[in-house]
Amino acid sequence: MTMKETTKEKTTIVLFSGDLDKAIAAFIIANGAASYDHEVTIFATFWGLNALRKDTPVPIKKGFLEKMFGWMMPRGADNLPLSKMNFMGMGPKMIKHIMKKHNVVPLPDLIGMAKEQGVKLVACTMSMDLLGIQKEELLDDLEYAGVGAYLGDASEGKVNLFI
Amino acid sequence: MKSDKLLDAKGLACPMPIVNTKKAMGELESGQVLEIHATDKGAKTDLAAWAKSTGNELLETTEENGVFTFWIKKG
Repeated sequence: MTMKETTKEKTTIVLFSGDLDKAIAAFIIANGAASYDHEVTIFATFWGLNALRKDTPVPIKKGFLEKMFGWMMPRGADNLPLSKMNFMGMGPKMIKHIMKKHNVVPLPDLIGMAKEQGVKLVACTMSMDLLGIQKEELLDDLEYAGVGAYLGDASEGKVNLFI
Repeated sequence: MKSDKLLDAKGLACPMPIVNTKKAMGELESGQVLEIHATDKGAKTDLAAWAKSTGNELLETTEENGVFTFWIKKG
C-alpha cells in the first residue's frame, strides 16, 4: 500500500478563469484525474477564486475598493458567467438547462465530488489580497498557499494545466 | 461473461462513468470482475484508457442498442 502511495501520479490545474464553462472543464478534468488515482491539485488564482466563493454574503469589515470588488464579482460556482455567449446572464441559464438535459453534473456538485475524491483545492493568497477576498468568504476545507506550493506539486506532475 | 458486481452508468455523462467505475472498483478484490453499463459515447475509449492506466484489465466490450457493456478485471 505504501508503495502505491509513493508512485501515485500527480495532476495539477491552475484555475485562473472565473468563467463557468472553463471552471466546468477544470473540475471535470480534476474528477477524471482523481478517478485515475492521481493526486490532484487545483490552484485557484485571480478570477478562479470566484468559483470557490460561498454564494451568500459574509459580513466582514473591508475597505471601499475591496467591497466594490466583492459586489462586482460573481459569488460562487452557481453564479459564474460564460466566457462566450453570456448574454447578460441568459447564457449560463441556458447552458445549465442543457447540461441537466444531458445529465452533466452541475459545477457545485462537481466541486463537491472533487472534494470527496480528495482533490486538493488551494486558494492563492496573493490573489485573495488583491481582490479583497477573505477566508470566511471561500468554501470550507481549502488550503491557502502561493506559487511555491503550486510549483512543488506541479514539478512532480505529469499533467499540469492552466485554465 | 460472469461478473462480481454490476455498475449501471447508463445516461450519465463524462466524467461520471469513470468516477463511478473507480468507486465501484474500490469495493472489489483483486481478480474480481466489474460489469459496467454505459451510454456515453466517449465511455468506450475512456474506460479502455482508464483500465490500462490504472493497472486493471478490460476483458471485453460489447455494444447493443447504444448501450456499452464492459467487463473489467481488477488488477
